[in-house]
Amino acid sequence: MIALAALAVALPFLSAAVALLGSRWPGHARGGPADTAANRRAAWIAVVPTAASTALAAWLAYTHWTRFGHEGGAPFPFADASDVPSVTGTLTVVDTGSVPISLGLQLDGLSTAIAVLVTVVALAVQVYSIGYLRGDRRYPSYSAFISLFTAAMLLVVYAADLLVLYVGWEVMGLCSYLLIGHWWEDRANSRAAVKAFLVTRIGDVGFLFGVFVLGTAAGSFRIDDILAAATNISPVGATAAGTSMPVSTLTVATLLILAGVAGKSAQAPLHTWLPDAMAGPTPISALIHAATMVAAGIFVVVRLHTLFVLADLTLNVLAVLAALGMLGAALAALAQDDLKRVLAYSTISQLAYMAAALAAGSDGAAVFHLITHGAFKALLFLCAGAVIHAVGSNLMSAMGGLRRELPVTFAAMTIGFAALMGLPPTSGFFSKDEILIAVERAVSPGPLTDAAALLLYGSALATVAVTGAYATRAWLRTFFGERPAVALPEPAPGTAHVIDVHEAPATMRRPILVLAVPALLLGFAGAAGVHWGTAALSVAVALLGAGAVYAMWRSDPRSDPARMLGPFRLLCERAFYVDSAYRTLFVAPVLALAGLVVRTDDRAVDGAVRGSGRAALGLSGLMRSAQNGNLQLYLTGLLAGVLLIAVGAVVFG
Amino acid sequence: MNWLPIALLAVPLAGSAVLLAPLPVDAPARGRLLRLHGLAVSGITFLLAVVLAAGFDHADPARVQFTTDLAWIPGLDLRFHLGVDGISLPLVVLTTLLTFLCFVYLCWGRSDGPGQLLRPRPGGNRPRALVFTLLVLEVGMIGTFLALDLLLFFVFFEIVLIPMYFVIAVWGGRARRAAATKFILYTLLGSVALLVGLLLVWAQTGTLDMVALGGAQGTGMSRAVQIIAFLAIGIGLAVKTPMWPLHTWLPDAHTEAPTVGSVLLAGVLLKMGTYGFARIAIPVLPDGAAAVAPWLGALAVVGIVYGSLACLAQRDLKRMIAYSSIGHMGFVLLGFATLTPVGVNAALFGNIAHGLITGLLFFVAGAVKERYGTADMPTLGGGMLVRLPHLGSVLTFACVASLGLPGLAGFWGEMLALLGAFDPAPGLSRPLFLTFMAVGGLGTVLTAAYFLVMLSRVTHGRPTETVHAPLLAGVKAGVSPGDTAAEAVAGPGDTAAEAVTRPGEAVPESAGRVSADAVDTGTASVRTGGRAGPGGGGTGPGGGGGLRDVRAYEVAAWAPLVGLILLFGLWPKALLLITDPVVRTFVGAP
Repeated sequence: MIALAALAVALPFLSAAVALLGSRWPGHARGGPADTAANRRAAWIAVVPTAASTALAAWLAYTHWTRFGHEGGAPFPFADASDVPSVTGTLTVVDTGSVPISLGLQLDGLSTAIAVLVTVVALAVQVYSIGYLRGDRRYPSYSAFISLFTAAMLLVVYAADLLVLYVGWEVMGLCSYLLIGHWWEDRANSRAAVKAFLVTRIGDVGFLFGVFVLGTAAGSFRIDDILAAATNISPVGATAAGTSMPVSTLTVATLLILAGVAGKSAQAPLHTWLPDAMAGPTPISALIHAATMVAAGIFVVVRLHTLFVLADLTLNVLAVLAALGMLGAALAALAQDDLKRVLAYSTISQLAYMAAALAAGSDGAAVFHLITHGAFKALLFLCAGAVIHAVGSNLMSAMGGLRRELPVTFAAMTIGFAALMGLPPTSGFFSKDEILIAVERAVSPGPLTDAAALLLYGSALATVAVTGAYATRAWLRTFFGERPAVALPEPAPGTAHVIDVHEAPATMRRPILVLAVPALLLGFAGAAGVHWGTAALSVAVALLGAGAVYAMWRSDPRSDPARMLGPFRLLCERAFYVDSAYRTLFVAPVLALAGLVVRTDDRAVDGAVRGSGRAALGLSGLMRSAQNGNLQLYLTGLLAGVLLIAVGAVVFG
Repeated sequence: MNWLPIALLAVPLAGSAVLLAPLPVDAPARGRLLRLHGLAVSGITFLLAVVLAAGFDHADPARVQFTTDLAWIPGLDLRFHLGVDGISLPLVVLTTLLTFLCFVYLCWGRSDGPGQLLRPRPGGNRPRALVFTLLVLEVGMIGTFLALDLLLFFVFFEIVLIPMYFVIAVWGGRARRAAATKFILYTLLGSVALLVGLLLVWAQTGTLDMVALGGAQGTGMSRAVQIIAFLAIGIGLAVKTPMWPLHTWLPDAHTEAPTVGSVLLAGVLLKMGTYGFARIAIPVLPDGAAAVAPWLGALAVVGIVYGSLACLAQRDLKRMIAYSSIGHMGFVLLGFATLTPVGVNAALFGNIAHGLITGLLFFVAGAVKERYGTADMPTLGGGMLVRLPHLGSVLTFACVASLGLPGLAGFWGEMLALLGAFDPAPGLSRPLFLTFMAVGGLGTVLTAAYFLVMLSRVTHGRPTETVHAPLLAGVKAGVSPGDTAAEAVAGPGDTAAEAVTRPGEAVPESAGRVSADAVDTGTASVRTGGRAGPGGGGTGPGGGGGLRDVRAYEVAAWAPLVGLILLFGLWPKALLLITDPVVRTFVGAP
């Protein structure tokens, strides 16, 4: 089984290598037919290994499930990581001189389930991209980066060792950078890519240090060893037998790891890169910035949830961050005009829901929502891509009334928005219900302090309302009302304006249809545990938000319902000026410091070097004046010396 | 097999000696012979190093193998003592590989590509002198890593300086003389300190045998003597490494050196300093190392952050890469400062990784400079991925490797150094080293920042952004120097002029105009401009810095580096397996 898992990781990796080197080989021809041929070849190179990986991942999940069954009590078959037996395999152990690194993979209920999510979404995106990027000269490298990303994410999911996980974790960051910057001709996209990499990297440094803390304390980087060492917990300061960890160590380690999670999963305060990352092609937003990579952070917390449960402080921090993040992001989503940015902020908000479930102690609910969210958010992004493809603009102010031209997209996106709002019978309804129940239970005495638990619960309910509001707003503004007449830019010479809004090609339509099924039905896997009281409350709250927006919209279908925010609208649209604050607080000082360093290096450090050279020259010039070839001077010196010696001999002799 | 180390020194030495003999054939044939000669000699040396690695007993890398121990100057008890173990073996192979790749870069094909200094040109390019210099340089570099006698080490350490001085001073850029002088004076000054330290060790212990000294672990020397000796040796090595604040020779030397000079300087010469720490300073003087380690660590992390910040504000591509070396060598020094096996392993790994990655970076930066005629980033503009997609891709790869992406070689050195700092050797202050670790972690973010910002500036965007209307107008109208626009173009314009004038003997003024045209309209006009320019009649095919994408000789020189970066990144065990046992005996860990 481990060999199959390794194969599932290796196939997309090799596909990436082959696509990068071989798409245009031989000949390196460019232009027209050569590009088309290269794109076709690259599409095959990309899709076939991804499909094979998908099959392998599904097979692994199936065999694992049939072999071990699922433990009772969990709300979702694949949820609880720690109880389910796992299969591990180690390729080799690398001696570092300190804690060894074991290159190995691990299969358990969690990893096999998430791997299916990753590969299915990746496959859908690969197929969708064939249509979306038809005619793009750089499609071969683009599809190769998606393959590389798939391999990296599978490595994260299957990794048995935290450092192996970290390798995949960072490679995903690189792929995200490369893909956000796919259209790098535009400087703004390039900047967004750099920002995404750097912001997540800040978190990743914390993550790495957290791994150090855990690895050193447990004497191993293997996840199983670390979990085993941690459960053998001892009181603060007293380390017995060297394997158990004090609570302080756990707290430090989990807080550091939380930094990495905040970076990757775009949680406050490191969330600012995600909205900008929408500069990338839409399929990338679906793959990386909705369904998989941003889920990696949540996945890691679930993986190490045993540690987090033991560290009360970390749980409280996580709860507060989640509470602030979910409501803030939802409010920001309510005021955006760019459809993709609405979805981006919505992703931040939904990820915060998962974080909330984790803080409340329910990793099962988090994984459930992770999987349903992966399905419906990927669906929403792919639909948004189809809309943007048809309209030629990201802005909702340029859309409207599209339900007539795009009936398939309209139906699929309606399902997606319903799932986002948590309306029955979509998948989002069931998973959000699990989370709300978990948060509700956390209000009773538990690891969370009362204040944090209440804040979390209040915020979760308020966010349900705001989610209903922004989802309704986006839905209405895209598909209903009238399309405004927009002055199109002057066409290039030799072309004409073509206004031709129609459904996307089949390669784009089919993945949408395929993803609509799990977005609609996946929730029934956990239908048994619905808590009808909470469910009714949340649906009522969501409909309240939706109703408010609908009322605003009905009063004037042409203007933006976001005007109901009143004076706070600009604040929300700018996402509370976090970006500007970071620019003033961090970016500008670093750049100023860099300038200072260059000046210091030139004047002080190198100045000292040059100064020593000048000093040596000056000194030698001084010495030279004593040796100017003037015989009288030499004789004078000689006589003076003799005189001095004579005087000395007389006085001291 | 004990003849191998001697052969490794003898082959390049003999190869350079042969070049002294007069060769009675005509110029084209001489050029061909010379290229063949350089390739053959460096290739044989590389093959010998591969044989050495293959014959090396990997089961026992801590044992010094292939030893040769001959009396050299019996009166002074100096011995010609050579050998390899797990620390020196990778460096020997790296040295021969990089030298061979430099020759591949110079000699492959017809040798008329940009950067191939062996191409004939009317003004005289001294191709024979270049081959001679590089081969002598190789002797010194290999000898440094093979020597097991302190003074023999010092001799080889010094031999390297002279050829490198000439490489910079003869084949360098515009300000080459000053850079070369600074390089040799600065490093000679460091060598004096090194020599004093080595002599102090000799005076105290009575032996120059590194193996014996390493085994003795500092017995026979008092703590005070060890500290003084460590300081003296450390300063000597730190100049070479370079450690902040002794680094200022490096940016100048790198910026002015020709491509092969930069590659060898970054890829091998810097490693001699860090190798000295691993081979001499730490094992021979453990008490001194323990006393100085906090300072070494502090200077190392200052170097990391300082180098990164300096990179962030650089305008010149080669200068930026030079400063990035300071940051990376900071990680290597931090690894040493922890005095733990993992830290020293990290340093040795980082050494090799830096040699491969920065070697590649300088190759690419050289290629950029030869093509555009300048390495000034604002002048380069953007859109390299449009104009030169393959070159831009290789540059991206090298930068990503250099910023320490896991899965590529650069990561393991940095990561293990930080891990070493997390848990330093007993006796060192843990909070202090935790601070170092945190600062080092900040440095990795800054490292990523400057590389990505550079990539964004140079490879992204549209190439048309390079049009600077006032600037071009200034040149065309012949505005006198002193005008700001003309000043802005003066630097790059002159460099471009140099690149363009090489084939012929263009008047500087007209060449300046040609280069301005080149910046203006891109590929096509560079070629036509280069050929049509008055006085550019002697332009050979591909001469004049025409913007052609990666060419065969460049692929040949770069592909092995790319492969090794991937190999060590994906399979770090390949290197750690050899170094770890040696390091454990040196640091005295179980």
